[in-house]
Amino acid sequence: LDYQHVQVPFEITLWIMLASLAKIAFHLYNKLPSVVPESCLLIFVGLIMGGIIYGLNDKSPPVMDSDIFFLYLLPPIVLDAGYFMPSRPFFENIGTILLYAVVGTIWNVFGIGFSLYGICQVRAFGLRDVSLLHNLLFGSLIAAVDPVAVLAVFEEIHVNEKLHILVFGESLLNDAVTVVLYKLFRSFCEMPAIKTMDVFAGVGKFFVVGIGGVLVGLTFGMTAAFTTRFTKDIRVIEPLFVFLYSYLSYLTAEMFHLSGIVAIIACAMGMKRYVEANISLKSHTTVKYFMKMWSSVSDTLIFIFLGVSTIGENHEWNWPYIFFTVIFCLIWRALGVLVLTFFVNRFHINTVTSKDQFIIAYGGLRGAICFSLVFLLPDFRRKKLFIAATTVVILFTVFAQGMTIRPLVDLLHVKRKRESAPTVGEQIHIRFLDHLLAGIEDISGHWGQYYWKDKLEYFNSKYLQKFLLREYDQPKSSIVLLYEKLERKHAIELAEAGQLGHAPSHPSLLCSVFLCSHNDRTVITEKKSEDALHPDGLEDIQEILARNLYRIRRTGPAYSRHTLPGETEPVEQAQEILILQRRSL
Amino acid sequence: SVSHSQITRLYSRFTSLDKGENGTLSREDFQRIPELAINPLGDRIINAFFSEGEDQVNFRGFMRTLAHFRPIEDNEKSKDQNGPEPLNSRSNKLHFAFRLYDLDKDDKISRDELLQVLRMMVGVNISDEQLGSIADRTIQEADQDGDCAISFAEFVKVLEKVDVEQKMSIRFLH
Repeated sequence: LDYQHVQVPFEITLWIMLASLAKIAFHLYNKLPSVVPESCLLIFVGLIMGGIIYGLNDKSPPVMDSDIFFLYLLPPIVLDAGYFMPSRPFFENIGTILLYAVVGTIWNVFGIGFSLYGICQVRAFGLRDVSLLHNLLFGSLIAAVDPVAVLAVFEEIHVNEKLHILVFGESLLNDAVTVVLYKLFRSFCEMPAIKTMDVFAGVGKFFVVGIGGVLVGLTFGMTAAFTTRFTKDIRVIEPLFVFLYSYLSYLTAEMFHLSGIVAIIACAMGMKRYVEANISLKSHTTVKYFMKMWSSVSDTLIFIFLGVSTIGENHEWNWPYIFFTVIFCLIWRALGVLVLTFFVNRFHINTVTSKDQFIIAYGGLRGAICFSLVFLLPDFRRKKLFIAATTVVILFTVFAQGMTIRPLVDLLHVKRKRESAPTVGEQIHIRFLDHLLAGIEDISGHWGQYYWKDKLEYFNSKYLQKFLLREYDQPKSSIVLLYEKLERKHAIELAEAGQLGHAPSHPSLLCSVFLCSHNDRTVITEKKSEDALHPDGLEDIQEILARNLYRIRRTGPAYSRHTLPGETEPVEQAQEILILQRRSL
Repeated sequence: SVSHSQITRLYSRFTSLDKGENGTLSREDFQRIPELAINPLGDRIINAFFSEGEDQVNFRGFMRTLAHFRPIEDNEKSKDQNGPEPLNSRSNKLHFAFRLYDLDKDDKISRDELLQVLRMMVGVNISDEQLGSIADRTIQEADQDGDCAISFAEFVKVLEKVDVEQKMSIRFLH
């Protein structure tokens, strides 16, 4: 047995295999994922694994190395989020997003840090040796929220686009803010004395790190776009460039002590447009699938490690401190959201309602980043206390809040629905208006109210596109490609049938096929339509409408960490509409 | 009413759509917008831009139609009540939508007109009979004067609980 030889890759593969098998196991039982979020289940598996290892070895299970996290596990997650971020809504709301991400996170950090310091002053808890700086450091790592659960809920209840992009954008950027603050405080910890100059230098560093990260990211992004211009003959390795350049941008930024997260986001968003136009459709699909796969694996591994490391002797259980940490996290998050939303609502039409605010505040789950940052802390006397507190906060938010957010949202929504069930007429007219608005917006061109964005668009079409795109064409969406494909297919079929400009056979074929299969249903509904305003008929009709009315073109981002943005449904719908329109010509 | 920057922006959009560069848009120019091709109401929306019998629309007409979709500002509500109603008032917005239903312009949505629109908005899985019963139901709910058609006043009444101002405002023209 030559185990030593293969040990490292073997163990890594085994862990990843375990994570994936666990995922299969959850989805086998259909109802489980909807009641219990995946992160809970993964932590649970981790707990079991940790217990087993502890029992076998009688010592603490392996703890995740911070390098592994920051170099291997974090970049895929951030890349995935950055790549699938829809740019238009993101940039239109960039001010608000930055407000929530930067100001909100700073608010949370200082709020939690100072209140915990206040708690430490109480003699009874025996925590007087935890200094303010340590508390601030702890605050900085616990403040970052991971709203995957919130996004999953938003998927189901169709919130307005603005809210969705706010939460999504905030989640992306606050990771960056957290890491920067954390590093800042940690460097302060190592300094013997802190002068005011240092504080100002810290603030300046904050901006330098952010802007520097953006520049690094954009450079790599443009280079990637330029490279893909020449990949026409080697389609097979096109996806590789996307990943290589993004990862390089992350590593380069980290090398210069800039924010790697911001760099990788800037790289992904910068290159997306050009790369997607240059690479083939299959490469595009590959890129998307691989991105989802890697981020999913990373995410899963992190949660399992979280469970594993909970077991063992890493913790110092000082219950008052832990208890107050949880409380303060909740309070400060809620306060922050309230205050910021108050400012946001004064400047915009689409207000963030109080129900939305509740969801955002309640959905402040902590996740992977907190967990990893706490293990990175320098070894000082109270490190284990912080580890314990972090673990409890994460477990609490993920289990308690994660599991209850969906029922709470349903409760809030059901209340609204019971006020007035829409009549059939309302349903139809509302959908009519929605389609109308979508069409008008498409005609008027979606241009936002920002001077710089328009300037950028102009710059892009004049110069960048010529330089970075292989064929100087409008990038085509999948729907346009489908349209062209259908046109071509139709033309070919017509030419073959020898009847150009005239196609009676197709539509009637469609019609007759569908009518035949619905003969039973038509009989029943005929009977019911005779009763004036019959209640059963109403339900039947509403059900039919709910299932069959065409959906509006998707304006909001459909982001999920575990699945690709849905593509099959709108394509079928588009096909039907095009065929219907051709019939009516 | 519409700000200078908004006019500039819409003019850029107008010129970018105007492939023939003759200062007017034809139906083909609109049909070139890909998202509009798969909008169920695409053709009707395009027709709404063109006046009776015309095949070209100039920038003025383009702006006029889009002006219906400007959001209603709070400070406008208190402006002079004696002046002409602005194009983006709730009533005018609804009138715009009504005209999309009412093709023969008799100020009523007849059963046939409703059926046509329904057929456009609904998938191929619904038979004509089912669609007919849905149309009948819609008219029954709305009809108050018993003429088996929906007049403008009845249309407004059906939508009284709906936030039309928000539903019919382009979000960025703010």
